[in-house]
Amino acid sequence: MPNGLACAQNRGVPMNEEKRVLVKNQKDFFGGLLFTAVGAAFAYGASTYQVGDAARMGPGYFPLLLGVILALMGSVVMVQSVIKGHPDGDPIGKWAFKPLLLVLGANVVFGALLVGVPAIGLPGFGLVIAIFALVIVASFAGETFNLKEVLVLATILSVGSYLAFVKLLALQFPVWPSFITG
Amino acid sequence: MELFDNLALGFGVAFTGQNLMYAFIGCLLGTLIGVLPGIGPVATIAMLLPATYALPPVAALIMLAGIYYGAQYGGSTTAILVNLPGESSSVVTVIDGYQMARRGRAGPALAAAGLGSFFAGCVGTLILAAFAAPLTEVAFKFGPAEYFSLMILGLIGAVVLASGSLLKALAMIVLGLLLGMVGTDVNSGVPRFTFDIPELSDGINFVVIAMGVFGYGEIISNLAQGEEKREVFTGNVQGLFPTKEDFKNMVPAVLRGTALGSALGILPGGGALLSAFAAYTIEKKTKLKPGEVPFGQGNIRGVAAPESANNAGSQTSFIPLLTLGIPPNAVMALMVGAMTIHNIQPGPQVMTSNPELFWGLIASMWIGNAMLIILNLPLIGIWIKLLTVPYRWLFPAIVLFCAIGVYSTNNNTFDVWMVAAFGAVGYTFIKLGLEPAPLLLGFILGPMMEENLRRALLLSRGDWSVFVTRPLSATLLALAVVLLVVVMLPSVKSKREEAFVED
Repeated sequence: MPNGLACAQNRGVPMNEEKRVLVKNQKDFFGGLLFTAVGAAFAYGASTYQVGDAARMGPGYFPLLLGVILALMGSVVMVQSVIKGHPDGDPIGKWAFKPLLLVLGANVVFGALLVGVPAIGLPGFGLVIAIFALVIVASFAGETFNLKEVLVLATILSVGSYLAFVKLLALQFPVWPSFITG
Repeated sequence: MELFDNLALGFGVAFTGQNLMYAFIGCLLGTLIGVLPGIGPVATIAMLLPATYALPPVAALIMLAGIYYGAQYGGSTTAILVNLPGESSSVVTVIDGYQMARRGRAGPALAAAGLGSFFAGCVGTLILAAFAAPLTEVAFKFGPAEYFSLMILGLIGAVVLASGSLLKALAMIVLGLLLGMVGTDVNSGVPRFTFDIPELSDGINFVVIAMGVFGYGEIISNLAQGEEKREVFTGNVQGLFPTKEDFKNMVPAVLRGTALGSALGILPGGGALLSAFAAYTIEKKTKLKPGEVPFGQGNIRGVAAPESANNAGSQTSFIPLLTLGIPPNAVMALMVGAMTIHNIQPGPQVMTSNPELFWGLIASMWIGNAMLIILNLPLIGIWIKLLTVPYRWLFPAIVLFCAIGVYSTNNNTFDVWMVAAFGAVGYTFIKLGLEPAPLLLGFILGPMMEENLRRALLLSRGDWSVFVTRPLSATLLALAVVLLVVVMLPSVKSKREEAFVED
């Protein structure tokens, strides 16, 4: 913490400094905030359904109860994080946006290419092309990226997946683009 | 003896060529994925679940059980050879196992883990078989109030025995329960929290949550840490067999570990992780023989005891699932989901309505344990090769298996978008230091809890005291309260925190 604090002071960022002093456990503070917000949202949503009473519970009863409990728990976590905490404030640390976006993006690209997205007029490209796209996008998340290596990996995975999932397990996948196979 | 008749029935089912093959494939795949560092049993089972869709229910469950043990065995191999726990219950195995490997004794360490686990697995299976019938009798006496109280006890137990902050773990359970509310309300037919999305009317797919939070969350976090310098002991795994001296030290440790693991596995929230921790702590407390290697420097007992305990624990944690239909931990919660996909409602009725499935599964557990010995000891060379594959090749493959697994659950791209969202959520949990296992447990139990609460209060005309006036229910709730009070005692609290600190 001394480092972070010193930095914040040097650069004259009062916001940052203030947060450090106020919150003794950053992880818990935001964790509690998350619980409170989600709990409140669920409780609000539940209250729009018929709630009923204990003997005749409506669809809103149990979620409303749980939402309120979660929001309360979250508040306690937040309050605790302000009172006591780690010596170093237990900072959340840097978010690894690159692997986050690339890994999840690879997954989305795979889904989109596999069967297409009719809503935006994207045709289905089938399993093989989807696998190549997934492997290429995901591989950018690694420390090094070697196109030749990645293509070899994608080829191996395509052949393997075709044999294992389509031939052996008989899962229903379009293998080739829909505009070729019709 | 009825027990032996039942086991005979079970072995009759399990010893068919087809089921043996599925048990084998399950163990093989489980080990294969389990060996990979950073992928625990939950993600492994979620990932491999689609492989069982096309199978008949008995075969599918046998294969899933095989995957589970395989993942656990694989985890210990990684722990010993790479100093990385393949999954959380191998965390303590790392301590002495890796030290043994560094001293050129990787072979005996692997053998100790394998043989200890096999023995524990046999004992665990027998206990499971013996306990199943009487417990099922009890389960039939349960009304909705008892079931609700049992689930409360189960959920409380699950977090009390887990590591980390109690309050945050409880909050994760409630969050899981809430996520379980998404979908059509069975009583009124009202779609809840679906935002008019038709795919959500059946609720969130549990594979999506398991895979997103456990699979993608972990992959992203691994990538963020960068490729650590890993030292893999690949060259020197000759001399697999432990010496006579090793055996002398191992046997009592295996026995202690097995006993402890079997007992803890039955408890809600027990299972593999807690058993392993407890067994290691006990071994550390026992006196060293003269000339024995101290703990933390490669003592074979430090491998044998936790490995036996976690296997016994993972075996007996099937007891609450199969007899009461209540999953005691996240892996079993996943098994519930898997059984539901195959149209089996876990609970006491499985044993009476599907005895061949019930006993077949139990028998196959023993067979699975035997197969794992065969897979792991002689074939260790193959697994070692796998460990030398760099992570930059592994993770795209893992991402692919997750994506294929998610899509094939419902042949629906909506689940693929959802898993991306839950991947982000999972990474957020890791960043905020929130343990995701209780969430999955809550998610699976959510609808069941609501249903039983509703029924109990409908029968009592809205009188909440029904939970404390019915003796069985009151006892269960009292146990839950006792558990909570005990862990909040200052002396226990510090011990609990201490017990989960790796050293």
